Amino acid sequence: MNMNLTLLGQAIGFILFVWFCNIYVWPYILKALEEREKRVADGLAAAAKGHHELELAEKRATDILRDGKTQSQGYITQAQKRADELVDEAKQNAQAEASRIIAAGRAQIEQERQQVREELRTQVARLAVAGAEQILMREVDQATHKEVLSKISASL
Amino acid sequence: MAATPAEYIRHHLQNLTFGQHADGSWGLAHSALEAKQMGFIAIHVDTMCWSIITGVLFLWIFRKFARNFSIDKPGHVQSVVEIIFEFVNNSVKTSFHGRNSLIAPLSLTVFCWIFMMNLMDLIPVDFIPYLVFEKPGIAHYMKIVPTTDVNATFGMALSVFALFLYYSIKVKGLGGFIAEIAFHPFGKKLFFVNIPLETISLLSRPLSHSLRLFGNMFAGELIFLLITALLPFWIQWLLSVPWAIFHILVITLQAYIFMMLTIVYLSMAHSSSQH
Repeated sequence: MNMNLTLLGQAIGFILFVWFCNIYVWPYILKALEEREKRVADGLAAAAKGHHELELAEKRATDILRDGKTQSQGYITQAQKRADELVDEAKQNAQAEASRIIAAGRAQIEQERQQVREELRTQVARLAVAGAEQILMREVDQATHKEVLSKISASL
Repeated sequence: MAATPAEYIRHHLQNLTFGQHADGSWGLAHSALEAKQMGFIAIHVDTMCWSIITGVLFLWIFRKFARNFSIDKPGHVQSVVEIIFEFVNNSVKTSFHGRNSLIAPLSLTVFCWIFMMNLMDLIPVDFIPYLVFEKPGIAHYMKIVPTTDVNATFGMALSVFALFLYYSIKVKGLGGFIAEIAFHPFGKKLFFVNIPLETISLLSRPLSHSLRLFGNMFAGELIFLLITALLPFWIQWLLSVPWAIFHILVITLQAYIFMMLTIVYLSMAHSSSQH
């Protein structure tokens, strides 16, 4: 337990170690730790921002969805209306076509009737002439009586 | 060793001293008496070597991580370094209220260096002495725990005291520092009472600062030596292992106390409103 120069040696060593630590150790570690702290803080801030943005995006998505729904509802209504219209139109068209066809049929029937009547009249006239011939027992001169015959056939 | 327990312990408590012999030649002391006769102009080679080895080891480890500090992927050792760093930094932040960037690195050095020196205490007492003086006969004495040498602890405490004086005068001015000694604690009129009182309290600081560490470490070392000297080798573990485990706490605590006292003293140097 002698006091001697070890005292000074230890003090010198102490000062040198403190100096070295102060220059080459402490500032580097402090800087690195501060940088890490900053990074963590930045990361947390970014996460919070991301979270906020996610909320905004979710809200926007909901809005868009709702708009889409409204719009599509509109389209459906419109389409139904249009379909109804089309059906109505088609019905009308069909009815018109049907009445046209009926009218045409009627006209044809009428025409055919006229034709048949004409034919019948001719034949009846011929029959009448033949009958008259038979009654008169002589030949009726076609040419002479043409006027009479046509008069008869016209009255039939 | 064929020695009585008393001789064994005395031998282990003797530092390896280099100095001038009584006949005028320089060399290592071969006995406790020779070491004593060398007086003040002598040096404890073992204390200096081991304190420098432990200090350099501490700085090497911390420098290594200071230079290649990985922010994203800290390894296990780096995590330990960080924990110690943060611990010291927080201690300084809570206890030191001045503005001085030297205090934190100073505290880190104090804590880690003293811890490393104290840690030498856990190496079994005969390991390194056996290596240096049983086989090759390099030296006669070898105390591997520098903090069991009062020169080492007092050297550090005096350095801290010098810093205390320097910062006291720098912050308060020489007049302010003297006024603080003269006018506290009993006011201006009783300055003749204040001056001796404050001077004693001032001077007792480095003494208590160094002797607290020295006393604890010396006692711890002594108990290890007693266990080794008095018990047969096959039963020594029964006492030395529990004591070593307890000592882990002691060495950390003593390093922490020395650091905290350093911070508190230097904080006092920076604050003008004490008492």
